[in-house]
Amino acid sequence: MASKPRTLYEKIWDQHVVDRLDDGTCLIYIDRHLVHEVTSPQAFEALRLAGRTVRRPDLTLAVPDHNLPTTKRIAADGSRLPIEDTQSAAQLAALECNAPSFGIDYIDATAPEQGIVHVVGPEQGFSLPGTTIVCGDSHTAAHGGIGALAFGIGTSEVEHVLATQTLQLRPSKTMEVRVDGMLGPGVTAKDLILHIIGIIGTAGGTGHVIEYRGRVFEEMSVEGRLTVCNMSIEGGARAGLIAPDERVFEYLRGRPYSPQGDDWDNAVTWWRSLATDEGAYFDKSVVIEAANVEPTVSWGTSPEDVVAVGGCVPSPDSFADPSKQDAVRKSLDYMGLAPGTPIEDIAVENIFIGSCTNSRIEDLRAAAEVLKGRKKAPNVRWAIVVPGSGLVKRQAEDEGLDRIFTDAGFEWREPGCSACLAMNPDKVPPGERCASTSNRNFVGRQGPGSRTHLVSPAMAAAAAVTGRLADVRNLAPCQDGAA
Amino acid sequence: MKAVSTIEGRAIPLGLKNVDTDVIIPAHWLKTVSREGLGAGAFETIRAAPGNPFDVEDFANAPILIAGDNFGCGSSREHAAWAMLDMGLTAVIAPSFSDIFAGNAFKNGILAVELPQDQVDRLLEIAKDQPITIDLENQVVTTPFQDRFEFQIDPFRKRCLLEGLDEIGLTLASESAIAAHEIMRRGTTPWLDKTNRRRSA
Ligand code: SF4
Repeated sequence: MASKPRTLYEKIWDQHVVDRLDDGTCLIYIDRHLVHEVTSPQAFEALRLAGRTVRRPDLTLAVPDHNLPTTKRIAADGSRLPIEDTQSAAQLAALECNAPSFGIDYIDATAPEQGIVHVVGPEQGFSLPGTTIVCGDSHTAAHGGIGALAFGIGTSEVEHVLATQTLQLRPSKTMEVRVDGMLGPGVTAKDLILHIIGIIGTAGGTGHVIEYRGRVFEEMSVEGRLTVCNMSIEGGARAGLIAPDERVFEYLRGRPYSPQGDDWDNAVTWWRSLATDEGAYFDKSVVIEAANVEPTVSWGTSPEDVVAVGGCVPSPDSFADPSKQDAVRKSLDYMGLAPGTPIEDIAVENIFIGSCTNSRIEDLRAAAEVLKGRKKAPNVRWAIVVPGSGLVKRQAEDEGLDRIFTDAGFEWREPGCSACLAMNPDKVPPGERCASTSNRNFVGRQGPGSRTHLVSPAMAAAAAVTGRLADVRNLAPCQDGAA
Repeated sequence: MKAVSTIEGRAIPLGLKNVDTDVIIPAHWLKTVSREGLGAGAFETIRAAPGNPFDVEDFANAPILIAGDNFGCGSSREHAAWAMLDMGLTAVIAPSFSDIFAGNAFKNGILAVELPQDQVDRLLEIAKDQPITIDLENQVVTTPFQDRFEFQIDPFRKRCLLEGLDEIGLTLASESAIAAHEIMRRGTTPWLDKTNRRRSA
């Protein structure tokens, strides 16, 4: 078919248009809907009040993650331990009741598959290439790592998808982020995406869907791709995408919801046709040299406030835009940092390894490799590892990673969102710093008054060992970051 | 969604600029399972101050709020609109609104009326002891003193509000297109419909 070359985004979009309205809005079919406890109760309630049903419960999957405590869930006698916070308990109970009553598959808090929605989706093979995926959480962009058009939605939209399996949307513009060359040793997917956001800024992708292109991504693990796409929203883009390839197919093969038999072969053929055509047009293009990416750390209260670990806290005057100068002054004040301070002089009291950005098996392996045979520094008061799912946890335990973590002085927790947004009891105390593998360093994100430094899992481990933000390359035997 | 046509009654003269959604409903109220009851937390920090307009007896159950520039900025939480509805507000007048809030307000049947600052100032004065009227059909705000302030509204939103059409209702009118798409989809990507393995496993 001789047609205009299209991008991956355009191919997925075109495939899902149900109806086109006069003002350019499209009704878009949603293939996969992930539901968690925080943004869904009001949607279910509204359905009930309106006497509506869920159109496609079979395309919907519910799992609790945001509010769940990450401490033990089952007592020695096999009974379920109660959740102390009554409001969290009520939200969790609502999901546990709503999912089955609307016919939706529900992964219970105590099931081995339970975990953070964005870890569970790909891990279960529920998230597939070429699909549209939504969830009431802005980091849904993560699923773009397997080649799905995935984005976060609000509660009214959750209700809309439940009732109609569609959304009213306007097409986005397209943006290419091309990374040339390869990452150096000890530099990971997380460092790369922090670096990219530092360059494009938190509004750089606004109104666009980003496609990450270049050899770096082709040679990046699926876990790494999920990390990169996860933070697209931090660069202002509603979604991020990487073309699905053999690595993705291998990752998905045999997963519980993945296609089987002939379906599998047909699906793979289909998925291979999705990659952006030669000569397709992007509305915006950014080119980044991989060789310039160093292990990267955030110093402020916006994910664009990043610097290479060997650098210093910047001065507000070094920014041209007066409103940014003002924002930097405020954020340095909040962070308790003086301009010119070397990053490696910043001491941290807390370490959080977890969140949908960095809690997959590869992330835990990278951190454990640094921690092996070492202990956390005495000034590190609290260090926790929160695996992204029960399956990741079990895999890590099979590999003996949990012992490495606990020997180093870390707490080994049950899966959930945890200190990423501190909605459950895992919080960083006011005024204290945390080297965190999560995705947002907003004011109060990890607890009121908390000070977050975003880092990769290996860098979080290095911070644990040294008690300050430190260059992991000076610590551990070098690893191939892109593998 | 309840149809909106004419809103008449007392208007709370808040007048503040940059009222963000954290002010409308603080984060600790988000751990709720209902849209109802959030009125108790609405504008909590403002209400903590003695003499605030919300707690003036005349304004109890007032259907209208008058605010300053950039109303509803900040976090996208839809709870802001729910909290306002729950306290009985069905319209807000301000010189400007954040996009996200304006969308959430519309989705929940709250009429957001944009008027120039001088007209808002005049309404803030009058609202202290007089009711005001918003006529959506004719797109005009009037007062007992013969003021007539016309406002603009997107025709699609106007129709939805007047007829009480919610987005879901509108989409369900395209039911046959959705069903046709599902049949097409089953033909091209049949594997997407086979999702029951976990249950049967
Ligand atoms: S881990 Fe953090 S970012 Fe990810 S879904 Fe949970 S709260 Fe959202």
